[in-house]
Amino acid sequence: MTTRFRGWWANPWGKPRFLVLFTVLYLVWSIVPILVAIRFSFNEGRSRSTGQGWSLRWYTGDPELSVLHDPNLSSALSQSLKLAAIAVLVTVPLGVALAIGLTRWRGRGAGAARGMSLATLVTPEIVMGTALLLVFIHVLSFVELGTQAQAIGHITFSLAFVLIIVRARLLSIGPEYEEAARDLGASAWQAVRLALLPLLVPAIVASAIVVFAISMDDFVISHFLSSGTTTDTVPVRIYSTGRTAPTPALNALASLTLGVTILIAGIAFLLWRVVRARRGAGGSTLQELAELRPE
Amino acid sequence: MAEPQPVSPRRGDAFWAGLALPGVAWLCLFFLLPFYVVLCIAFGSVDPLFLTPRPEWNPLAWSTASFEFTLERLFGGSFGRVFLRTFAYVAIATALSLLIAYPVAYYVARYGGRWKGLLLAGLIAPFFVSYLMRMLAWINLLQDDGWVNDVLLWVGILDAPRNWLDGRASSVILGLVYGYVPFMILPLYAFLDRIDRSQLEAARDLGASPFQAFRLVTLPLSVPAILASIVIIALPMFGDYYTTDLLSQSPTTSMIGNQIYLYILGGQQIPVGAALVVCLMLFLTLLLGYYVYATARAQRRLGS
Repeated sequence: MTTRFRGWWANPWGKPRFLVLFTVLYLVWSIVPILVAIRFSFNEGRSRSTGQGWSLRWYTGDPELSVLHDPNLSSALSQSLKLAAIAVLVTVPLGVALAIGLTRWRGRGAGAARGMSLATLVTPEIVMGTALLLVFIHVLSFVELGTQAQAIGHITFSLAFVLIIVRARLLSIGPEYEEAARDLGASAWQAVRLALLPLLVPAIVASAIVVFAISMDDFVISHFLSSGTTTDTVPVRIYSTGRTAPTPALNALASLTLGVTILIAGIAFLLWRVVRARRGAGGSTLQELAELRPE
Repeated sequence: MAEPQPVSPRRGDAFWAGLALPGVAWLCLFFLLPFYVVLCIAFGSVDPLFLTPRPEWNPLAWSTASFEFTLERLFGGSFGRVFLRTFAYVAIATALSLLIAYPVAYYVARYGGRWKGLLLAGLIAPFFVSYLMRMLAWINLLQDDGWVNDVLLWVGILDAPRNWLDGRASSVILGLVYGYVPFMILPLYAFLDRIDRSQLEAARDLGASPFQAFRLVTLPLSVPAILASIVIIALPMFGDYYTTDLLSQSPTTSMIGNQIYLYILGGQQIPVGAALVVCLMLFLTLLLGYYVYATARAQRRLGS
């Protein structure tokens, strides 16, 4: 037994057993707390720290405190989804145009503009939140705090992610396709629309998933630019009642949000796979998503 | 049909610049301008009656009163203590994150094999769970009657349940590591996955043990990726105020982000908050500068 163990342990050609154990432990540690939080959301009792039976009480059952019946909780979910939808709809077109423009534009301003876009990535959100709050109060006062201001904030910090994802794809495509289209008589705009955009579809879907996920995840910008409970998003609600919430309804809200996020991202992901399969591109999609993460 | 126009580079440039224009204009309006406003408020004055900030738009007339107030407390005062604490938390949490992230990324990249897809899904999963929900999960676990106390009592490490959520630095650091480590693993994975295997094989052929091959080839190659992953998680950690608010709630674990939050959203001294933001940005710019320098040095070393 011992010799077998030592041989197993000391075998220089085998996989490093310690690393297997370490990785499995990491995955357990990273995922189990989430599962536990989801489990408590189905509690029949009021405890948020021990299992007490199973029910949908905190989702729909409780006439006052459940996610369905507590307006503060249900509005948080709809506010999160509303902001994420606006962010995707505005950021993706804006970011794709920015990426194409900055990648192909050889002028002097291109480098500076790219530097400015990337600076948003290294700016901590608390700095951006403060700056946007002050600009909306003192200069751009026509922008109302609440949904408008929050949406602008989400668009501003997610723009650079679209830029990075689409730019990576553009650099791998090269300028040949639109040059060929131009040689065949297409206008510059037609070349972009007919030759370039179809090639960019996988990158566009990927950036839509990423923008959606980071908008749903965002806390600081939504918190700084909120105008009160009606414009609180799910993370803001978790922040303001996480320590004081008397029931698992907050867990139910968080679990529901997670479910919706996974559902929407999953649909987009499947769409992406279909597009990729039709284009005959190889490679693991998961792997690509991992490498696309701009951080 | 019209003759195809010979494309002059200048005309093409105008088209591409035009495509980029909306995005660039957006960033000027909602990124550059707001920074200028922060400066104007940090160097502005306060309305004596309503205590609201009065921005000073002309840089020549900037007053340094708020800065003097801030710097006085930053060097040797209350802000200084908070800043040192923030630095300590971020340094410890980043170091622990690296100790977790590197082996995991290394294992999945090198030995994932047919499990790679599943392992990657596990590494990506936390990105779809919002940071605040992940903190909520730990609030549940760390309650007096929560599972952490249950397990520690059962194993016998503790004799009585411990109150984990009442101003403990260890809970805050645990929260930071748990919250930020996924952001470190993926870039490390993406890099380690691209390392050329033939270099490792060459090292092995020349007689290196697996451990030597790792120490002499893989580790030096991954220095730039390690530095980048440190920057990726350390910068947002410096602006964090919610982890300590949720897992400790005590002023004894307050971080620089809590101070900014307090002055900007809670207080009557918004210029001080703005000055703190400027100081934080200056400090982070220095860190980034060091990162650029260290990366260039590491790459030079690899080249030689």
